[in-house]
Amino acid sequence: MILGHLTPRPGQSDPNTLSRRGFLQAGAAAGGGLMLSLSWPFADGEADAAAAGAFAPNAFIRIEGDGQIVLTMPYVEMGQGDYTAIPMLIAEELEVGLDQVRLEHAPPNEKLYGNPLIAGVQATGGSTAIPAAWEPMRRAGATARAMLMSAAASRWNVDPESCRANGGEVLHAPTGRRLKYGELAADAASMPVPASVVLKRSEAFNLIGTPAKRLDSPVKVNGSAVYGIDARPPGVKIATLAQSPVFGGRVKNVDDTAAKAVNGVRQIVRLDDAVAVVADHMGAAKKGLAALTIEWDQGPHAQLTTDEIARGLEKATLNPGPVAQNIGNVEKAMANAATRVEAIYQVPFLAHATMEPMNCTVDVRQDSCEVWVGSQVLARAQAAAAKVTGLPLEKVVVHNHLIGGGFGRRLEVDGVARAVEIAKHVEGPVKVVWTREEDIQHDMYRPYFFDRMSAGLDEKGMPVAWSHRFAGSSILARFLPRAFKHGLDPDTTDGAIDLAYALPNMRVEYLRVEPPGIPTAFWRSVGPSHNVFVTESFIDELAAAAKQDAVAYRRALLDKSPRAKAVLELAAEKAGWGQPLPERAGRGVSVQFVFGTNMAQVAEVEVSKDGAVRVRRVVCAVDCGVVVNPDIVRAQVEGAVIFGITAALYGEITLKDGRVEQANFDTYQMLRISEAPAIEVHIVQSSEPPGGMGEPGTSAIVPAVANAIFAATGKRLRKMPVDASALKQPA
Amino acid sequence: MALTIKVNGQNHSVDVDGDTPLLWVLRDVLGMTGTKFGCGMALCGACTVHIDGVATRSCVTPVDSVGESQITTIEAIGATKAGAKIQKAWLDNEVVQCGYCQSGQIMSASALLASNPHPTDSDIDDAMFGNICRCGTYVRIREAIKKAAQSAGQEG
Repeated sequence: MILGHLTPRPGQSDPNTLSRRGFLQAGAAAGGGLMLSLSWPFADGEADAAAAGAFAPNAFIRIEGDGQIVLTMPYVEMGQGDYTAIPMLIAEELEVGLDQVRLEHAPPNEKLYGNPLIAGVQATGGSTAIPAAWEPMRRAGATARAMLMSAAASRWNVDPESCRANGGEVLHAPTGRRLKYGELAADAASMPVPASVVLKRSEAFNLIGTPAKRLDSPVKVNGSAVYGIDARPPGVKIATLAQSPVFGGRVKNVDDTAAKAVNGVRQIVRLDDAVAVVADHMGAAKKGLAALTIEWDQGPHAQLTTDEIARGLEKATLNPGPVAQNIGNVEKAMANAATRVEAIYQVPFLAHATMEPMNCTVDVRQDSCEVWVGSQVLARAQAAAAKVTGLPLEKVVVHNHLIGGGFGRRLEVDGVARAVEIAKHVEGPVKVVWTREEDIQHDMYRPYFFDRMSAGLDEKGMPVAWSHRFAGSSILARFLPRAFKHGLDPDTTDGAIDLAYALPNMRVEYLRVEPPGIPTAFWRSVGPSHNVFVTESFIDELAAAAKQDAVAYRRALLDKSPRAKAVLELAAEKAGWGQPLPERAGRGVSVQFVFGTNMAQVAEVEVSKDGAVRVRRVVCAVDCGVVVNPDIVRAQVEGAVIFGITAALYGEITLKDGRVEQANFDTYQMLRISEAPAIEVHIVQSSEPPGGMGEPGTSAIVPAVANAIFAATGKRLRKMPVDASALKQPA
Repeated sequence: MALTIKVNGQNHSVDVDGDTPLLWVLRDVLGMTGTKFGCGMALCGACTVHIDGVATRSCVTPVDSVGESQITTIEAIGATKAGAKIQKAWLDNEVVQCGYCQSGQIMSASALLASNPHPTDSDIDDAMFGNICRCGTYVRIREAIKKAAQSAGQEG
């Protein structure tokens, strides 16, 4: 695969020029090859206006005359392995090796590349790429293969049934004849599209289920991978910026005399709520920025604190909210319960802190605009640039890039809009690079949530009533307003409703409260990042209240969820659950069904006398349905676990005087190699459709760690991150 | 102010203030974008290069402090024995996810292996502590360094 040409090539960036008709259709590719596109059922009702792309294909396969198979990738690569696993799906059915596949980033086009699992938004997120691609990508490969075989059979005048495909060739075994795909592509383009194709049975898979090597690794170990921040259009200048330190503030006055005198500084751009320094290189831009004196009109949030926001959420939860799930009769069951357990949980604002700081390169010209960026939402990036420039969409060209960490941050296009605002004032291309401090202090944050939990237990200690009421920001209400209905948000409640446990009486209420003065956004493991911490900690509390073993207690509630029960049992067994540990060490467990994946984790922690927590070992059992690439599944768990431990031990964004108090990796700490636990991943074989794997590891680890701390110290931590001072051993 | 620096065996003349961090000279002036910006304060290690073989954070290294020293970047580390072994181990162990921090990780690991062919876990912690990976590839980084060290041992 060639990753050196990952941006759309000229002439390829406008997929509207491709003809398409019907669910899956072929057409002549430039150069006489075969091209296939596929569309999703949601587009069926749209008019068949081929030139307008009304059939909304989700991806393209192109087979060129030289046999090169080109896949235009509708999902982006941010480390999660899409650029390997999705080609595996196509290559499997097309009967080619991964080394015969070349990838191209899809250009922005929501109609063509919308994600059916995210309501048609051209987005990579929510651990949806493999679940969304599983059927259609294999179908695309199978259809292409069938048409190539028909073309060969037709040329040889034999029954297509007597042909087979292998290694990029069609073979006719009885006569030993063979033709390469490239030789057949032009003929195949004129073959009728088969009405249906038979997908390979799992026993016949050659690639799916194997730990195939990642296609993006070679360029990432020698410095040649090109991320958005590495874009260098000719003549590009570098800018960095200061945005109002209080959200909603404005620039009142700027003294740029000293900044302009810095060697290499070319221009100061003043916007309503930000100032940028444009220079020959980032060193000069940063020096110029430091030399600016900016007076801010701080706006309405100059006194805002995190405590004030938390108090607002707390107050909101005093009243009932829209009911996200109601089973049985909670009041009655609670009234009849033998014991009642109540608890309040809170989770903080979190920044994404992707290793590649926010950046975007823009060239605004009189009648067009070109953008170089790494984005999880390419069509939205294009729309944002069009809006700021006032240009029509088709005049905005966006080049996508490899992404140096997404985690939800690059599902937002605030950075694109900001860069375009600056670029409008600059002659020629300008790369706007956020300093780490700007990146952390002007993120869009995982929301703060405040949760009230109560449960009623019967005389045996088992839960007969479960009530969960929480308040916090709804990201979906802003991100995809049509998905926010009746005050409810299916993401914010994910992990709080439809629990794997059998709870006879259960009610979950969600109160949308948008905090003032701080923007919110999706963060790795989204709704479950908050809910699974709360529910899996609280179930642990109930087990403790019932004086029962934490695994046995959960197990008894999982009869209706055999896959969840199986991963729980496997994780417990592999972790040596119940075996003795030293003093102030403990194991904690969690089990969840989110993102279509069943997962259990056992964390083993030790807590020092001064309260410092070290996670020594994590055992994860996962049933994510069919596994496309087991090594990538393992890698995603390992990474998601580190991401979650980082949040559990260190993650907290706080506001004081309306300003984010954290700024760089000294005040917003990341887990480091010396703190990383041993991580074991046990994968359950399954033939169920694939679930998502990018995120579940993060939501599962946080309660496992909190529960392990309880086991080690007897202290129940109901507020993240871990407060080490609360864990100090009494003298 | 014109300065001459030696990067990957080649002399480059650059006209920047002497206090400009080496990182920006590499990335923005010379166009060598393999070395990454992460924090600007030597807190994350993404910008790690070798100066006379020593792992150095280029984001806090003024370009005029380099003098006659040899700068080696990720683009050329594969030409060194330790660097080639580390790169191979990185591929064999599938260390990489988003990959953004990996230039710095590989530079730190290569410097470790070059100076210490058989690092212990504690040596690895000391050498790699300064390199953050937000994707969380630490378990594999440790395994890959050990694997590279084994291959070094087999040859030696």
